[in-house]
Amino acid sequence: MIRSQVLVCGGTGCTSSGSKAVLAAFEEEIVKQGLDEEIKIVPTGCFGLCERGPVVIVYPEGTFYSRVQKDDVAEIVEEHLLKGRIVERLVYKDVAEDVKTELKDGFDPSKVSLNDTIFYKSQKRVALRNCGVINPESIDEYIAVDGYAALGKVLTEMTPEEVIKVVSDSGLRGRGGGGFPTGRKWSFTAANQADQKYVVCNADEGDPGAFMDRSVLEGDPHCIVEAMTICGYATGATEGYIYVRAEYPIAVKRLEIAIEQAKEYGLLGDNIFDSGFSFNLHIRLGAGAFVCGEETALMTSIEGNRGEPRPRPPYPAVKGLFGKPTTENNVETFANIPQIILKGADWFASMGTERSKGTKVFALGGKITNTGLVEIPMGTTLRKVIEEIGGGVPNGKKFKAAQTGGPSGGCIPASLIDTEIDYDNLTAIGCMMGSGGLIVMDEDNCMVDIAKFFLNFTVDESCGKCAPCRIGTMRMKEILEKITEGNGTLEDLDKLEELALYIKENSLCGLGQTAPNPVLATLKFFRDEYEAHVVDHKCPAGVCKALLNYTIIADKCKGCTKCARNCPVGAISGQVKQPHVIDNSVCIKCGACMDNCSFGAIIKG
Amino acid sequence: MENMVNIKINGVPYTVPAGISILEAARYAGIEIPTLCFLKEINEIGACRICMVEVKGARSLVTACVYPVNEGMEVFTNTERVRNSRRHTLELVLSTHNKNCLTCVRSGNCELQKLCKEFGVEDADRFAGRMPDFEFDDSAAHMIRDNSKCILCRRCVAACQLQDVAVIGANARGFDTHISSAFDKDLADVSCVSCGQCIVHCPTGALREKDDTAKVFAAINDPEKFVIVHTAPSIRVTLGEAFGMHMGTNVQGKMVAALRRLGFDKVFDTNFTADLTIVEEANELVERVSNGGTLPMITSCSPGWIKYCEHYYPTELDHLSTCKSPQQMFGATIKTWYAQKMGIDPKNIVCVGIMPCTAKKFEAQRDDQSASGYPDIDYALTTRELARMIETAGLFFPKLPDEEFDNPLGEGTGAAVIFGATGGVMEAALRTAVETITGKELEDVNFTEVRGTKGIKEATYNVNGMEIKVCAASGLSNAKKVMDEVKAGTSPYTFIEIMACPGGCVNGGGQPVQHAVVRNFYDLKAIRGAALYEADKNLPKRKSHESEAIKTVYSEFFGKPGSHKAHEVLHTSYVARPKYK
Repeated sequence: MIRSQVLVCGGTGCTSSGSKAVLAAFEEEIVKQGLDEEIKIVPTGCFGLCERGPVVIVYPEGTFYSRVQKDDVAEIVEEHLLKGRIVERLVYKDVAEDVKTELKDGFDPSKVSLNDTIFYKSQKRVALRNCGVINPESIDEYIAVDGYAALGKVLTEMTPEEVIKVVSDSGLRGRGGGGFPTGRKWSFTAANQADQKYVVCNADEGDPGAFMDRSVLEGDPHCIVEAMTICGYATGATEGYIYVRAEYPIAVKRLEIAIEQAKEYGLLGDNIFDSGFSFNLHIRLGAGAFVCGEETALMTSIEGNRGEPRPRPPYPAVKGLFGKPTTENNVETFANIPQIILKGADWFASMGTERSKGTKVFALGGKITNTGLVEIPMGTTLRKVIEEIGGGVPNGKKFKAAQTGGPSGGCIPASLIDTEIDYDNLTAIGCMMGSGGLIVMDEDNCMVDIAKFFLNFTVDESCGKCAPCRIGTMRMKEILEKITEGNGTLEDLDKLEELALYIKENSLCGLGQTAPNPVLATLKFFRDEYEAHVVDHKCPAGVCKALLNYTIIADKCKGCTKCARNCPVGAISGQVKQPHVIDNSVCIKCGACMDNCSFGAIIKG
Repeated sequence: MENMVNIKINGVPYTVPAGISILEAARYAGIEIPTLCFLKEINEIGACRICMVEVKGARSLVTACVYPVNEGMEVFTNTERVRNSRRHTLELVLSTHNKNCLTCVRSGNCELQKLCKEFGVEDADRFAGRMPDFEFDDSAAHMIRDNSKCILCRRCVAACQLQDVAVIGANARGFDTHISSAFDKDLADVSCVSCGQCIVHCPTGALREKDDTAKVFAAINDPEKFVIVHTAPSIRVTLGEAFGMHMGTNVQGKMVAALRRLGFDKVFDTNFTADLTIVEEANELVERVSNGGTLPMITSCSPGWIKYCEHYYPTELDHLSTCKSPQQMFGATIKTWYAQKMGIDPKNIVCVGIMPCTAKKFEAQRDDQSASGYPDIDYALTTRELARMIETAGLFFPKLPDEEFDNPLGEGTGAAVIFGATGGVMEAALRTAVETITGKELEDVNFTEVRGTKGIKEATYNVNGMEIKVCAASGLSNAKKVMDEVKAGTSPYTFIEIMACPGGCVNGGGQPVQHAVVRNFYDLKAIRGAALYEADKNLPKRKSHESEAIKTVYSEFFGKPGSHKAHEVLHTSYVARPKYK
């Protein structure tokens, strides 16, 4: 008889902070304590709070342990599982104020559950509902949380038209970045007659720092299998492809397991539920090209060709994979489908804003306390995401901007922190939802440098097919380099903008059409920073090395020689107990002197 | 009408067929929208972005080349926004382009140069910046790839793919994207067949034949050398294009006059050996049929095809006729029989072929092509190289008088002249073979079933109760279809003609370059080919075996077709070649 379950996060974040060892230690320790008949250890998908990983939750209490290391396991097993005493030092304590108040005698870790924490309280988990809840490698656990019930309902009670209507009425829009209404997309494919149609799942998540899709695939692979099968039924497709990055080995492995299990259970393959409907799924691994996240490039890659976009029209719904009508959605979009079918369009449409329904998963990164995955209802303000859920900007620094949409997106400056996040609001301020990367920047980030970072990325990832993207982005990057090296002119800013607008309008695919966005957005909101680089030859954030000088304030310098000893290039000279001097022609701006000065005598600027 | 749509182009209403592209619709309106990458049906990739036009209601500009028209569409082809877009694209392309235009072989005939002029690009260095690392590949016998002039339109890639050869493609990505062979191998080390289709599809000077004109001029200037030139059948109907004349103009007389004025000692016609090929090949076929030799027998005139067969069907080489190509037979006959007859040491004879073909340069360098002990052919020039020689010599081509070829090797029949079009060799062979087998004169020499530009044409003839099934294929992807059957042992044919280039030699890789805008809207191979059939119709003799020159050469030298001497001089051998070295 199992009396207690220990959930150990097996998501990517926790795996990299050592959860595999924690899991092994638990397995070993419960055997040692003779508890293996009573305690079940469950490896799960991502909980979201990667910053505090490895994460362990003990049920039925729901105790939320964070940053558990393998050496902590013996204590948890002996104290908590054997003796029933919660290991207080490991419990995550950042709980919501109202919860704290409710707990009259102050903080009582044994009474705090996951959903009481500030991080989780404002979240609404739809796409991520099973992540961190079930063992992703067990179809039985998925079925236990209503898995495949939606497929059953669709195949036994609904016509394809009814399925599309529910999806349309729910207001679900593509979560891959474009925000195209999913139901309408499905109806286009359904309307085209062909001897073969396809469903494609875009799991080529490529934005730097984004890992929403990865977490769904790792934490709840069956829901993608189920959703794609539903889509196949609705659109008349009998074959599906999941195009997933080869850099996601855990996701690939779990998808393979899920497909095998579903086939074994008759939930995938020929004549599912005796309905006469057959659907097969295949996995294709991407070789790491960002452009393959673009739908036509992705299909070209599946076909075995160099991953390059093709002109549209013809759209995939008419002529997609292997020239056949194809529906392509990304992972998060599919992850919403089974719930929409089960709970209905109205339920889904009750979340979110007027034109953006449901929730959106964001990968929080950058200068934020709670790095990790969050799923929020559309319409949540950026302020809430950053200050509340994200725990704010660390080290008392000032929030400067949030970057969304990765290399295709723009930035939301601090002045717009009360923007309610949805497709249209972000587009209106020249930003975009993107696939859900949300990178927080503080006063130490140089916006010109950020723009250069993203442009570097697109220059690297441009496929090279069309001239505007292939050559234009390189020229933009060169101008940004010139500016950050202190050689820019005001004319360069005009040229930068001119090129940006040209590339946006003339590129072949979404990659090129959105590549200039980081530049355009920073130019719009932080033109003063660009001008500081160009006119004053200063980098206000102190990031661009060429515009940076380290200076020793003679009054403060005690002549301790520590800076000179730590300078790797011998740029500092001076007598003992006399003020030292930095030779800026030799200095490589590494900052070692400043880090080593005990008297605050060195400044940069 | 049901399949028509109403659109407006620049405010003017038009009714055009539904589903055609904006580019095609604009042609109806008399508007030429510029293109660089677009090749109808073979390269519809929308990559160069030069054909951008404005469509009312569209989020951004659209590519006219692939964007279909639909009811009510309003297109604007010449707005400030469109002109700006095109100019920017050109400026960016120029920023990675080797702009040594003055010394470029395509100067004056470059599609990029033309567009820069049309769109008023004033500062070629406006977006100057770093350049990619360009590859320069002169490893192949027939051509040079100079990536510093490549604009990545990928027309060459599409042409190569259409040939089922596909040895070039995009490598690396982004700014470093470049066209090259797999693993950046040299062209000489991959299975390039030297057909030159990439060259005639290139909009700029990135791809060009190896120029041998200086060597030919030097030979002409050398008093020791007796320099003989002979021109392939198709040259007479294409050379005029290089001088602004209409496609399909037969300029045989002016071509002969030009060659004579260039200083060649003798101006002969490759048609002579085209006839010789027919006689030898027909004899070989009859022998194979009667003695249980390897069938089907396949023609060997097209060196691109031969090289393709050696790389891709190395086990099927026995099917190839052992006859040398007309070019090689010509050189071989000149340096043996003609040298002997005229008392000239073959060492001092320089034999130059004017060919529609870049693979002829490779062929001239093959082993087993030196009947006299000296190479049969010293230089194979393309039509384009001849045009340049004429320009260098300052000859005003359209005003030249019409002159006749020299004798005795200036005689050719109608059967020979149609060698330049797909199906021509087959028809020529049939004219001779049928008469040989039946012993009766043909009532009608026109075997129209094997004419036309279709990729694969087949016909069955009943000759003396014997059913002969034949096939003519042009373009190597069609050759592949035919060869797969041959390899599988299921080929129904007795005799097959294969030409490497789609449409045959009239569309060869050595022919004058026509811009994509011409290729997209005119069927070059049909227009040029029609001129050859017209020439055939007007010739007094239309069967190879009736040529007086052929009768002479057999009676004086070879004896009879397939003789020991003929084998020594006129036949050759083939080698299996790997795909990668």
